[in-house]
Amino acid sequence: MAEYHNILTQVQVRGPAEMGLDEKGIVAKERGVEPRFSSLLGYIGNAQLGPIHLGMFGTIALFLGTAWFFLTGVGMLQSVDWSWQALWRDLWWISLDPPGEEYGLGFPPIWEGGLYLIASTCLLIAVLSWWIRSYLRANELGMGKHVCWAFAAAIWLFLVIGLFRPVAMGTWSEMVPYGIFPHLDWTNYLSLNHGNLFYNPFHALSIVFLYGSALLFAMHGATILATSRMGGDRELEQIYDRGTASERAALFWRWTMGFNASMEGIHRWAWWFAILCPITGGIGILLTGTVVDDWFSWAVLHGFAVEGGLYNGPS
Amino acid sequence: MALLSFEKKYRVPGGTLIGRDLFDFWVGPFYVGFFGVSTIFFAALGSIMIFWGAAQQGVWNPWLISIEPPPLEYGLKMAPMNDGGLWQVITLCAIGAFGSWMLRQVEITRKLGMDYHIPFAFSFAIFAYVSLVVIRPVLMGAWAHGFPYGIFSHLDWVSYTGYQYGNFHYNPIHMLAIACFFTTTMLLALHGSLILSAANPEKGEDAKTPDHEDTYFRDFIGYSIGTLGIHRIGLFVALSAGWWSGICIIISGPSWLMPDGESWIEWWDWWPNFFTFASIGG
Repeated sequence: MAEYHNILTQVQVRGPAEMGLDEKGIVAKERGVEPRFSSLLGYIGNAQLGPIHLGMFGTIALFLGTAWFFLTGVGMLQSVDWSWQALWRDLWWISLDPPGEEYGLGFPPIWEGGLYLIASTCLLIAVLSWWIRSYLRANELGMGKHVCWAFAAAIWLFLVIGLFRPVAMGTWSEMVPYGIFPHLDWTNYLSLNHGNLFYNPFHALSIVFLYGSALLFAMHGATILATSRMGGDRELEQIYDRGTASERAALFWRWTMGFNASMEGIHRWAWWFAILCPITGGIGILLTGTVVDDWFSWAVLHGFAVEGGLYNGPS
Repeated sequence: MALLSFEKKYRVPGGTLIGRDLFDFWVGPFYVGFFGVSTIFFAALGSIMIFWGAAQQGVWNPWLISIEPPPLEYGLKMAPMNDGGLWQVITLCAIGAFGSWMLRQVEITRKLGMDYHIPFAFSFAIFAYVSLVVIRPVLMGAWAHGFPYGIFSHLDWVSYTGYQYGNFHYNPIHMLAIACFFTTTMLLALHGSLILSAANPEKGEDAKTPDHEDTYFRDFIGYSIGTLGIHRIGLFVALSAGWWSGICIIISGPSWLMPDGESWIEWWDWWPNFFTFASIGG
C-alpha cells in the first residue's frame, strides 16, 4: 500500500506511435506532424507528442494568434522608440495599449490604438477559430460537445472584457492593455475605480468557483491516484461497469463527509464548478461600471458592508 | 441508515491510528473514529466561540459578524478573551479540527486499502491557512497580523494587506499562485469535459473509450496526457496553487525579508538595474 504512491511512471513501455482513430475513414490523411516521444513527459503521462489535426480553422487560429503576438511586440517596440535593448529592459512594464477615451468606439490612428484594435481583431478570430475546432474534432469522433461548451464559457469572459463591456461603456479605452504589468494594473484599477470588486457578489462567486475548482481537482486527482492500484484511473471503464476502485473512492468521501459522487457524477461537479468560474466572473465584470458604478456603496446600501470598512489594519 | 448497495462488505473493523476499536463505528454515512470525535469537539467549540463573539458584539448580520485578532500590544502573548483571546481560541480550534479531519482521512484511507494522496493533499490546504494565521504573524511578532474571521471583514483584510505592499499583483509568487489556480481550473474543465463527452456521446453513438479521448486531444492540441497523467498534473497544479499562496503571503511582511516601506512594485527594480549593470543601455 504505502509503496504504491504512483507519482511517476517507473517503467515506460514504448510501441509504435498511436495515429488516432478514424472510424469514418477521412481524418487519418489530414493529421500532420510526425509523432515523437519524450521520456520526460512519459514520467507523468503519455510520452507521445503528436500527431495533430490542424485543418483550416487550426491554421487560421495559429496564424492570427501569432499575428496578435507579433503586433503586440511591434506596439511594445514603438513605445520604447524602437530600441531592442529597451524592449528587454522594460519588457515587464510596457504594453500595446487600447485607444484613448476620446476616440470612443471609433477607429483611432495606427499608433494611438489603431494597431491595438487590429491586434485584438486577430486575437478574437484566432480564439473563435480554435473554438470551432473544439466542436469539429469532437463531432468527427461522435463524442459529446462538452469541451466546446466549456471553452465557450471561457470565451464569454473574454468577450465581456474585450467587447461587450467596452461597447456598453461606449469606448474601446476600457479594453485590457497587452502587457505583463499593465494588464495587472488594469485589473487593479478596475477594482479601485469601482469601489472594491470584493463587494461585487458575482466576483465573489467567481472566486468561490476558482478555489472550488482547485479543491475539487485536488480531491479528485488524489482519489484517483489513491485507488489507481485497483484501476481507478480507468474512469470510463469504471463508469460503464463499476469496480472496486469506484466503490472505495465513493465510500471514502461518504465516510469522510457523508456524501459521495459517482465516477461519472464527479466529472459533472468538476465541469460545472470550472465553467461557472468564468460565467459568474463575466456577469460581474459586465455589471461593473455599467449597472453598478461603486460596489462598496452598493454593498452598504444592501447591508453587507459598513461605512469605513470592517478592517483598517492591525489595531 | 442509508447504506449503498455495495457498502456492507467494506464496513469492516481495523485501520485506526488511535483507540483500537473504541471509536471504530459509523453514524449514518459518517465514519467516526477517535479523530471524528476530536473533529466534532474542535468544530463545535470554535463555532460556539464565534456565536458567543457575535452575541458580545450584538452583530447578527451574517455578512458582518467578525472576530478580530488581538491588538498589536499583546505581541505573541495570550490576549484577554474579549480583546482578541477569542480569535486565538478559535484559531486553535480551527487547526485542531483541520488536523483531526486530516487524520480521520488517514484512518479511512487505511480502512479502504487506498493510498494516502487525499490526506496528503488536504495538508496543503491546512498549510495555506496556518501560513496566514500562525507562520506570518509569528514571523512578524504579533497575532494582530492574522486575518479577522468574518465573511466581508476577511476580504477587507485582503484589500488592506495587499495595498500595504504597493500592489500585490507585483508579488512574483502571488503571480505563480494565481497562474496555478487558473491552470487547475482550466485542466479541470478539460478533464471533466473529456470524460463526460466520452460517456455521453451524440445520439445513436456507442459509448466511447480512452482511445477516443487520446485521439480527440491529439487532434485538438497535439498531445494527450492520458488517463493517469491528467490526475497527476491536476493534483500537482492544485496543490501548487495552495503551496505558493501560502509562500506569497509569508514573504510579505517579515522585516528581515522586506525592509519597511518597500513594496512589491519596487521589488522589480533589480530587473532594469541588472540591464544597466550589464551596460546594455538603451
